[in-house]
Amino acid sequence: MYVYDEYDQRIIEDRVKQYRDQTRRYLAGELSEEEFRPLRLQNGLYVQRYAPMLRVCVPYGLMSSRQLRKMAHIARQYDKGYAHISTRQNVQFNWPALEEVPDILAELAEVQMHAIQTSGNCIRNVTTDQFAGVAPDEVIDPRPWCEIVRQWATFHPEFAYLPRKFKIAINGAQSDRAAIEVHDIGLEPVQNAAGELGFRVLVGGGLGRTPIVGAFINEYLPWQHLLTYLEAILRVYNRYGRRDNKYKARIKILVKALTPAVFAEKVNAEWAHLKDGPSTLTVDEVHRVADHFVDPAYQALQDQSALLAEQQAEHPGFARWMARNVNGHKKPGYAAVTLSLKATGYAPGDITDKQLDAVAELADRFSFGEVRSSHEQNLILADVEQTQLLALWNELRELGFATPNIGLLTDIICCPGGDFCSLANAKSIPVAEAIQRRFDDLDYLFDLGDIDLNISGCMNACGHHHVGHIGILGVDKKGEEFYQVSLGGSASRDASLGQILGPSFAQDDMPDVISKIINVFVEQRHADERFIDTFRRIGMAPFKERVYAANH
Amino acid sequence: MQRIIKDGAVVLDNWHLLDKDTTLDALPNSDNLIVPFKLWAEHAHALKARDGKLGIWLDSDEQAEDIADDLANFQLIALNFPSFADGRNYSNARLLRERFGYTGELRAIGDVLRDQLFFYLRCGFNSFAVRADRDAEDALGSLKDFSEVYQSAVDQPQPLFRRRG
Ligand code: SF4
Repeated sequence: MYVYDEYDQRIIEDRVKQYRDQTRRYLAGELSEEEFRPLRLQNGLYVQRYAPMLRVCVPYGLMSSRQLRKMAHIARQYDKGYAHISTRQNVQFNWPALEEVPDILAELAEVQMHAIQTSGNCIRNVTTDQFAGVAPDEVIDPRPWCEIVRQWATFHPEFAYLPRKFKIAINGAQSDRAAIEVHDIGLEPVQNAAGELGFRVLVGGGLGRTPIVGAFINEYLPWQHLLTYLEAILRVYNRYGRRDNKYKARIKILVKALTPAVFAEKVNAEWAHLKDGPSTLTVDEVHRVADHFVDPAYQALQDQSALLAEQQAEHPGFARWMARNVNGHKKPGYAAVTLSLKATGYAPGDITDKQLDAVAELADRFSFGEVRSSHEQNLILADVEQTQLLALWNELRELGFATPNIGLLTDIICCPGGDFCSLANAKSIPVAEAIQRRFDDLDYLFDLGDIDLNISGCMNACGHHHVGHIGILGVDKKGEEFYQVSLGGSASRDASLGQILGPSFAQDDMPDVISKIINVFVEQRHADERFIDTFRRIGMAPFKERVYAANH
Repeated sequence: MQRIIKDGAVVLDNWHLLDKDTTLDALPNSDNLIVPFKLWAEHAHALKARDGKLGIWLDSDEQAEDIADDLANFQLIALNFPSFADGRNYSNARLLRERFGYTGELRAIGDVLRDQLFFYLRCGFNSFAVRADRDAEDALGSLKDFSEVYQSAVDQPQPLFRRRG
C-alpha cells in the first residue's frame, strides 16, 4: 500500500496543527458556530443526534494492521469501544468529544491517517473495488490512480468550497464493483488501438434526492491528462454549478441541465487551456506511486481444489462460507476472504475495539498485514493462502465474522439512520435487524441467491437504497417513521435505479412486506435466476399486487 | 482607513470600495476607487478619464473573461466572497493570473476569514481585506498554515510530483 514520504507526512501534520487551532478558537468563542461548521466538516466531524461523529478517511478502503490497531485504540480511548464501517469505505466513530478530536487526529497522523475532506462541499475520499489488485478480472490496478487523484484532491485550493460534495470512483476490473456510474465522476481504464492506457470518463451520476446514472463524456482520455481533465471538470462545476438550492447543487443537476454533450464541450474548452500544463502526469510519478502497490511476496502455489473439496465435504458450514465469503484471486493458491459485519443482532458495519485488534492480528498472520473495507460495509483479507482457509474460518467463527451471507439478503447495506444521524427521517438499524431475524434460515437464503437490500434513513441515500435490488428509504409521515420500498435498483455494470413500489409502510410491517416480495420472486423465478433478473423480466405489477392485496 | 493584509504584511489601505449600485455622478474625481463590474461595463470611458486610481471588483457570479481584455486599466482587482463558503471566485482568481496574465494587486473582499487565506494565496490573491470584525494581525499566521502542497497553483506552478526529491 502507499507509504507516506516526508512530504505527505508534513501535510497531514500541518493539518493537525491547523485544526487544533481552529478547535481552540471555536471553543474560545472566536469562531462562530456557522464559521466553524464547514471547517469541522472538511475534517469529517459532524454534530449528530447525541454526540459528534468523526469520519476517518480510509483511502480507497485500504488499511494496514497497524492502522487497524490504531482504530481499535481510538475506539477504546475516545469512543464507546466500537467503530463503524461506512458505505464509502471509511471508518466512523460515533462518540468522540469535540475537544478531543485534535488529539485523535494527532494519533491518526502517527499511522499516516487523517480525516481530511471526509465531509463538506469538497472532493471526498476516492473509492474503488475492494478486490483491487487481486481480482482475477482486473484490467489495471486502480489503486495507484486512486492515490494520484487523492493527492491532487487533498487541499486543492480552488475546489475547497464547491457547490456541494464531490465523489470520485475508479474501477479497474471487468465487473464494476466500485459503482462508478452513480458517482460525480467515474473512471475506468480503456486501451486505444495502440494498446496505450486511457480512461473512460463518466460524470453526473449520483444518488440522493435526484438519483441519476451518469453519462460518459470522454471515451478515451490518455492517462497523462487525467489530472488536467479532472481539473477542467471541477472548474466548470465550481463556476457554474447551482448554489442557490442545496438539493440542486450536485454536478448531476448541472450536467442534466446543460445535457452531457454541452457539458462535455465546456469541459473540453476549459481543458484546452490546461492540457499539457504542469499537472500533466509523468511516467516517473506513475511508477513512483505504482511501486507502492506491487504484489506482496506471494509464494508459487497451486490451486487447492481437491483439498478444499475434501474439507468442504467434511464441514458443511465451511462449504457454505466458501460459497459466499471467499472470492477468487489472480494468483493460484490464494483467495480473498470477506469478513461479514452483518451478523444478526449487530448494527451492519459495526465492529468493536477487540474485534478490530483481532482482525489486525489475522491480517498479520494470514494476509500480509493488510485489510480492506468495502462499500457493502464488510472487511476483506485479500491474500489468504487456500491451505489456510479452514483455519481462518475457524478463527472467524469465534470472532463472529463468519456469517456466510455475503451478497445474500441479510448482507444489508444500512446507514446509521435515526439511531445516530441528525438528518434521519427514520431509524434504519432496527429495520435491518427485523429483516435479518425474519430470514434466519440459511438454506433458504442460499436458495434465494444474490439479493442486494439497501436501507437509508433519509433522502441523502447514504445506504444507497436507490441501487439496492430492494431499496428501503425512511420517510417522515406527519412526524411518524415510515418506509418506502423500491425494487429493481442495481449498482453494477448494468446500473439502474429502483422504482418505487407504492405507498410506504410502518416499521412493524417491514418484515412482512419483504417476505411478500420474496415470495413473489420465488414463485416466478426461472431456475436459478437472480432476483434482479426476475424483476426485470416480470416487472413491478406482480410485486405490487401481492404487497398491497387486501388481507383476507 | 481599513487595515488589510498585503504581500504578507498588515498595511493601511486607501482604496474606496464602491457598492454595486453606485452611479457615475456620485463618484469623486481623485479618490482611488474600486468600482463594481457593472459600472465599468457601462461607463468605462468616463472611469478611465478620472484622476484617481482605478480598481474593479467582481462578484461571485461574474466572470473573469468579461474583463480579460481590459486588465491594463486596473491597478487593482478585487473578487468578492459574499460568503466564505461560496468558492466561485477561487476559479476567477486563477484565471486572471494564469490565463489572462494579470500581475497587479488581486484582493479578496467580503466574508474574508483567516481559515481560507491559505487557499486564497494559492489561487493568486496577494491582498486580503479581512472582515472588519476580525483582526488582520491574527489572520496573518494562516498564510503559513501549510508548509507543503500537492497541486500546481499560482503560488507554486510545479505540482509536488515534479518536485519530490
Ligand atoms: S441516509 Fe440520511 S439518515 Fe442515513 S446516514 Fe445518510 S443522512 Fe443520515
